[in-house]
Amino acid sequence: MAENTKSGEKYLMKGNEALAEAAIRAGCKCFFGYPITPQTELAAYMAKQMPKRGGVFLQAESELAAVNMLLGAASSGVRAMTSSSSPGISLKSEGISYMAGSDLPAVIINVQRGGPGLGSIQPSQSDYFQATHAMGHGDFNILVFAPNSVQEMADLAALAFDKADEYRIPAMILADGLLGQMMEPVSFHEIEPAHTDKSGWAANGHKNKRAHHIINSLYLDAPTLEKIVRERYERYAIIESREQRSESYMCEDAEILVVGYGAAARVAKSAVAQARAEGIKAGLFRPITLYPFPKDALREAAAGAKVLLDTELSMGQMIEDVKLAINCSKPVEFYGRTGGVVPTPGEILEKLRELNGGI
Amino acid sequence: MEISIILAGFGGQGILFAGKVLAYCAMEEGKKLTWLPSYGPEMRGGTANCSVCISDEDIGSPIIQNPDILVAMNGPSYEKFIGAVKSGGKVFYDSSMMSGVEERGDADMYAVPASDLAEKHELYGGANMILLGKLLEITGLFSDETVERALKKCVAPKRARLIPYNMQAVALGRKS
Amino acid sequence: MSVIFKRPHALLDVPTHYCPGCGHGIIHRLVAEVIDEMGIEGETVGICPVGCAVMAYDYFGCDMVEAPHGRAPAVATGVKRSNPNLHVFTYQGDGDLAAIGTAETVHSGTRGENIVIIFVNNTTYGMTGGQMAPTTLPGQVTQTTPYGRDVHTAGHPVKICELMSTLDGVALAQRVAIDSPAHIREAKNAIRKAFDNEANGRGLSIVEVLSTCPTNWGVTPAEAMEFVRSDMIPYYPLGVYKDVTAGEKEAR
Repeated sequence: MAENTKSGEKYLMKGNEALAEAAIRAGCKCFFGYPITPQTELAAYMAKQMPKRGGVFLQAESELAAVNMLLGAASSGVRAMTSSSSPGISLKSEGISYMAGSDLPAVIINVQRGGPGLGSIQPSQSDYFQATHAMGHGDFNILVFAPNSVQEMADLAALAFDKADEYRIPAMILADGLLGQMMEPVSFHEIEPAHTDKSGWAANGHKNKRAHHIINSLYLDAPTLEKIVRERYERYAIIESREQRSESYMCEDAEILVVGYGAAARVAKSAVAQARAEGIKAGLFRPITLYPFPKDALREAAAGAKVLLDTELSMGQMIEDVKLAINCSKPVEFYGRTGGVVPTPGEILEKLRELNGGI
Repeated sequence: MEISIILAGFGGQGILFAGKVLAYCAMEEGKKLTWLPSYGPEMRGGTANCSVCISDEDIGSPIIQNPDILVAMNGPSYEKFIGAVKSGGKVFYDSSMMSGVEERGDADMYAVPASDLAEKHELYGGANMILLGKLLEITGLFSDETVERALKKCVAPKRARLIPYNMQAVALGRKS
Repeated sequence: MSVIFKRPHALLDVPTHYCPGCGHGIIHRLVAEVIDEMGIEGETVGICPVGCAVMAYDYFGCDMVEAPHGRAPAVATGVKRSNPNLHVFTYQGDGDLAAIGTAETVHSGTRGENIVIIFVNNTTYGMTGGQMAPTTLPGQVTQTTPYGRDVHTAGHPVKICELMSTLDGVALAQRVAIDSPAHIREAKNAIRKAFDNEANGRGLSIVEVLSTCPTNWGVTPAEAMEFVRSDMIPYYPLGVYKDVTAGEKEAR
C-alpha cells in the first residue's frame, strides 16, 4: 500500500502506516521495533519500506533492547524511531530517561491501549501522566504530541523529528488504538526536514580531527548534575514559551468549554456540534502538544466560559493540567471512559445538557 | 449528511475489503471518511467487522453506535448488530448464510442470497461484493465508475486481474 | 633515546578511578593498544556499561556512549546499524553482561552483530560494593552470599563463552586472563582477533577476560592474581570456544 507515495496525492491509510511513511519522509534512518497490538502495522510498514529506501529496520528481542538501539542510533547522530503500545512503553521508560539525560533527539511512538498491566488492546489515553509527567526516573521532560487524525499522525511525526533535533530532546507521539487502526485519507507534503547540525556532539567517530565526544547521563558530582539539569530546564522554559500547540473549535462565545485531545477530542467535537444545534453554547479546546501543555491558549479560550468539561479515555489525568492552567478559577468537570472503552458523542452530549442546565 | 455503515461477517469473507472499497469510493469523490476495523484476537477466525463513516463534513468519532446501514454476512454478525441499526435504516444480509432471521420491522430489509449467487456464477469469494452491489443500487451512494476507480486503488497491482470479477459481482448484486 | 613503551594514544592521559590491583587498567590498555595498532581511533565508538567501567568514556580517546545497565550490546547495535562504517565495541562487566543484559548479549550474538564485546569477569558486582554476580564461584563469599554461594538457592555461575559459542552469529568466543605476562599477551591477541573480525564483517566477537577485584575480594593485588589462577581458571577454562577463522588457517 502506498509504495513510494507522491507528495500531494491522497492515500487511504491506517494511522500507524501514515505515521511510518511520514517518518521515513522526514529522514528517519533507523527503526527499532517489537510487536505489540495495536501498533504492529507501524513496524510492519517499516519492515517493508526501510530496506527499499536506504533505511534500517530491526526487530529487537525486547522493548528494552529496541529503545537502547534507538539510543545508540541517536547517539551517532541519525534520525531514529521506535514504536510500541502502553505495556511496551513502560519497558522503554528506562531508555527514554537515559536519552533525556544524555540530550539525545529521538522519536518514540505510543499507540495507547487500556491499562494498567496487560490491560486491554482497545484505545485508551491512560498513559497521559506517564508521557507528560513521569516518562522515567529523574527530572526531565520530553516533547509530547497528540494527533487526532490520520493526517495529524503523519504531520506530527515529521514535526516531532524536527523539534527533537532542534531542542536535543526525545519526542513522543501519544496516539491511541483508534488513531493507529483507523483509515482516513492522508496526503504527504513535500517538506524539507529541518537540518540540525549534530557534528558538535554526535558519537560518530572523531576522525582524528576533534576531541572525543561522550554521550552520557552520569554525573557523580551532585552540584555538576544539578547544574546540567538546571540548564536543561532552561531549555524546557524556551520550549514552553515557543512550542505550545492547540486548536479551538467554537470557543469564542462558549459557556461550556470541553477540553480533550486525540481520539477523545474527536468524540467531543461531534458532541459539541450536536450541542450547538440544540442551542447549547459549547466549544472544544484541543491540546495538540501535551508537553508543553498549551496553558496560555487554554486560559484564553476559557476566559468567557462558565464551566469546563475535561474529557479523556482515562479516569482523568490531563484534568490536573487543565485545572492548573486556569488556576482552578472555574469548575472543571470530568467525563471519561477507560479500559479501552470509547465514549459515544451521545454520552458527552448528555453531560453537556446536564451542565447547561446548571449554568 | 453523515452516513454510517457497519459491515460484519466471518473473518475471511472479505468484509474489511468491502468496507475499504466503500472508503476508497468516498475518497475518490472527495468526501471525508473513516474506516475502522475490529482488531485483536477476534480477527483470528472469529467474526470481523469494520465501521465506515462517509460525510461532507469532518467526522468525529469513527466508532458507530447506531449505523444507518448494516451489511451482515453471517448469523452471529447479524445478531450482534441488528438491534443497533437506526430506525429507518437499511439492512443488507446474506440470506444464504442464515435461516430463521428475525427482521426489524422499522428498517428496510434486503435479503440477498449472496453466497449462493456467487457460487452459481462462479464468483467464488464474491459474496461480499454482491452485497455491496445491492447496497450501492439501493442507496445510490456510488456509481460503477467510482467503484472501478476505487478498486484500482485498493487492489494490489499484482492482483489487478481480480478487478473485473469484483465488478461482475457488484453488477450481480445491483440486479439481485 | 628511543621510546620502547608508551601510553597508547587511544588511552587518554587522565587518572582513572580504579582501585589498586584492579584488572580494568590492564584490559583498557590492551583495547587501546589494539585500536592504535589498527589506526582506527577516529572511526571507533565504544559503549560503556554500568558497573566499575561506567566511566571508561573518560579514559578511551575514541567517541564513547554510556549505556543503561546491561544494554550495551543494544546500544552498540544502534550505533553500528546506523553507521556501518564505524568500529564499535562494548566494554562490560559480569553483572552487566551476564545478568541484567543476558538477553541483549545473546541476541546480539544470534544476529551476528558486527561488534566486539570485551567481557570482564571478576566474579563480583564491584561498583556497588561486592555482591554476588552471575559469575560468582560456588562457595564464594560476597556481600549477598555471606555464607558462600549456595548453588541450590543462588543458582550456578554462568559460563558465557560456552553459551555464546553455540550461537550461529558468533564469530569468536574466547576466554583469556590477565594473571601473568603470558596470559596478558594471549589476551591482547584475542582482542586483536576480535577487532579484526569486526573490521572484516565476520559477526560478533566476544572476549571474556578473567580479571581481579582485590578490594571486594578482600585480598592484596598479588593474592587476587593468584585467585584467578587457583580458583577462576579451573572453573572457567581458558581457550577458544568458537573461532570462525580457525578453519581458514588450517586451509592455508
